[in-house]
Amino acid sequence: MSTVKEFNDVKPIRPWQASTRDRLVTAGVLLFSLITAYGLVKFTGLSGKLGLFFSFVFIFVALNSGREYLRFGNAAAKDALVNTIVAVGTFFTLIPIGSILFKVISKGYKGLYLGLFTHDMSLNSPNDPLNQGGLGHSIIGTLLLVSFALVISVPVGILTALYLTEIKGKFSQPIKFLVQAMSGVPSIVAGLFIFSAILIPIAKNNSSILGSMSLAILMIPTVARTAEEVLKLIPNDLREAGVALGGTQWRTVAMIVVPAAKSGLITAVILGVARIAGETAPILLLAGGGDKFNYNPVSGPMGSLPYFIWRSFRAGTPESISRAWTGLLVLLAIVFVLFAIARRLGSRKVGK
Amino acid sequence: MSTTEKTYVIPEKRELTTKPRFSDKVFRGIVTGGGLTSLVILGLIFGFLLYQGYDILRTQGFGFITTSRWDVAFDEAGNVTSSQFGLSAMLIGTILCSFIAVLIAVPISVSTALYLSFYAPQWVKKPMVTIIDLMASFPSILFGIWAFFVLMPSGAYWAKLLNHYLGFIPLFKNDQMIFESSPFIASLILAVMIIPIITSISREIFSQAPLDRIQAAYALGATRWGMIKAVVIPHGRNGVIGGAMLGLGRAMGETVAVYTVLNIVFAINWHILFGVGGNVASLILLKFGEASPYEIKALMAAGLVLFVLTLIVNFASDLLVRSFGGKGK
Repeated sequence: MSTVKEFNDVKPIRPWQASTRDRLVTAGVLLFSLITAYGLVKFTGLSGKLGLFFSFVFIFVALNSGREYLRFGNAAAKDALVNTIVAVGTFFTLIPIGSILFKVISKGYKGLYLGLFTHDMSLNSPNDPLNQGGLGHSIIGTLLLVSFALVISVPVGILTALYLTEIKGKFSQPIKFLVQAMSGVPSIVAGLFIFSAILIPIAKNNSSILGSMSLAILMIPTVARTAEEVLKLIPNDLREAGVALGGTQWRTVAMIVVPAAKSGLITAVILGVARIAGETAPILLLAGGGDKFNYNPVSGPMGSLPYFIWRSFRAGTPESISRAWTGLLVLLAIVFVLFAIARRLGSRKVGK
Repeated sequence: MSTTEKTYVIPEKRELTTKPRFSDKVFRGIVTGGGLTSLVILGLIFGFLLYQGYDILRTQGFGFITTSRWDVAFDEAGNVTSSQFGLSAMLIGTILCSFIAVLIAVPISVSTALYLSFYAPQWVKKPMVTIIDLMASFPSILFGIWAFFVLMPSGAYWAKLLNHYLGFIPLFKNDQMIFESSPFIASLILAVMIIPIITSISREIFSQAPLDRIQAAYALGATRWGMIKAVVIPHGRNGVIGGAMLGLGRAMGETVAVYTVLNIVFAINWHILFGVGGNVASLILLKFGEASPYEIKALMAAGLVLFVLTLIVNFASDLLVRSFGGKGK
C-alpha cells in the first residue's frame, strides 16, 4: 500500500519541456537584452527602431545560445539559434498584417457616417468634406459584380471538383494541372482577355457583366480547388452505400455526396468571393467606373468598392485619401465577415 | 397429385452490367464538360490575346521583348505612321522585382512555417494560421495603398541604409539619391503579399513529413533543429521550392500594388534602390486609359507575354510541388 502512495507522490519528469526555471531564465535574458539594446540605441551611434530591433536580437541570440552551449554543447546552441531565427521570421510575417489592420481601422473610421451607405458620389467630388457623398453605389456595384461572377463560376468550379473526385477520368491529372495554372493567371490578363474577346467585338461598351466574367475566371480555380478538397473528405462508404441501394451515379452524387459536403462547398464559394471582392485591375478595364447608383448590369459604367478606393486614392487630397481609407475599411470588413463565415462553416464536421 | 403441381415462374436472367444508364451518361457528360472548362478558358485566353496582338508581334518581331521603347506616331488623319513597341525594360522590371520579392519572402515564410509546424503551442498555432490565411485573401489594392503610405517611408529609409553601407555593390548603387518609388519598395510589398502563400504551402508540406522519421530522430537524441535538418528539410525541399515558384508567379502578375508604389519609366534599371522601374502588368494598366485602338493591340501582345511567362512559372512550380517527398537521411 505504502509503495503505491509513494508512486503517486512522484511527479513525472518531462525533460523535453521547459521547466519553470528555464522559462524564468529565458524571460530574464529577454528583458536584459531589451534593456541593453535600448541602452545601445540611447547612448551609441545605433538609432531608430531598426537599430533597437537588431541589437536586441543579436544580444538575445548571443546570450541564449551561449547559455545553451555552456549547458549542453554545440547542438543545443544551434538549436537555440534556430529557435530564435524561426521566431523572428514569424514576427516579420505578423508585422505587416498588424500594421495593415491598425492603419485601415485608425484612418478609415473617420469617414464612417450613416449616410455613407445610402449616398453616392454623383453630386460630390472625392475632395468634398467627409460627411458628404457616400459609397452606397459602390456596394451595390460590387454586389452585382460578385453575384454575376458567382452565377458563372460556381457551377463550373463545382463541376470541375466533381470531375476530379467522382469521375476521376483520364483527364484528371491534366485538369488539376490546368486549374493550378489558371489560379496563377494575373488578374490584368483576365481583364484583357474579356476585353479582347467580348468588349471589342460584341459589347463595345463598359458594363459590369463584363467585369463579372473576368472575376469569374479568377474565382473558378479557388472554388474548384477548395471544393475538391472538401469532396475528397466525404467518406467513400457513403458513395458505396448509395450505389449499393441501386442508385445511379448521378443520384448518388446529387442526393448523397453533394448534400453531405454542403457546408464545405459553401465555404469554397465564400473563399472565392473573398478572393475577388477587392480585385481592382480587371474592374478598371471592364466595368468602367460610375459615381451614381446603377442597377443595370448590362449597360452603363458601374461603380464598385475597388474603383471607389482607387479613384479617391488617385485624387490625392487629404479628404479623398481619407475616403479611400474608409473604402478600404468597408472592403476589409466585407472580406473579414466572409472569411469568418467560411471558417465557421468549414470547421463543421463534414457529412452532417 | 394435383396438389404438388406447382408452376415455377423462373424470372428472366437479369443482365449484370457496368454499362452506365442514360441519366449517368448525361451526368458524366456534363461533369466532364465542366471539368474541361479550365482548358477551354486557358486556350481562349491564349487564342484571343494572340489574335489581337498578332499584328504587333509580327511587325515588331523579336524586338518586342528585346528593345525598350513605347512610341507611336499618328498623321493628321489618325493613321499610325510609325510605331515602336518593346517590353524589355518592363520584363526586366517584372523579373527583378519578383525575384527579389521571393528572395525576401522565402526565408521569412519558411521560418514561419517551421515555427507553426514544430514550435508553436496549439493555442498560438490555430489563430495564427487563421490570420495568415486571412492575409492571403486581402485584396491587392489594400496592400498597394498601405505600401504607399506606410511601407514607402520606412522602405526608403532602409534603402538609404543599404545604399550607405553596401553602395559599392552595383545592384545597390543610386547616384540620384531618389529612394522613393523604387523597385526595392515594389519588391518589399510583393514579398509581403506572397509570404502568406508560401507560408501556407510550406506548412502543408512540412505537416506531411513522415511522423515515424520525426520520432526516430527524436528517439536518437536529436534536437529540434537536428530533426528538422535530417527529416523535414530533405522531405520538403522540392515542395518549398515549388511554393516559392508559385509565389514568383503571383508576384509577376501583380498589377495594382506595384502600380501604386512604383514610378513607371521606360528605362532598363538594374539599380533596385533607384526610383525608376516598371512591370508588365502595371504598364498595361498605365497605358490602357489613354490608349488608341492600335496601342491596345500592343497591350494585348504585352498581356500575352505576361500570360505565357506566368504559365511557365506555374507549370514548373506545380511539377515541383507534386514531386516533393524526398527521402530523409
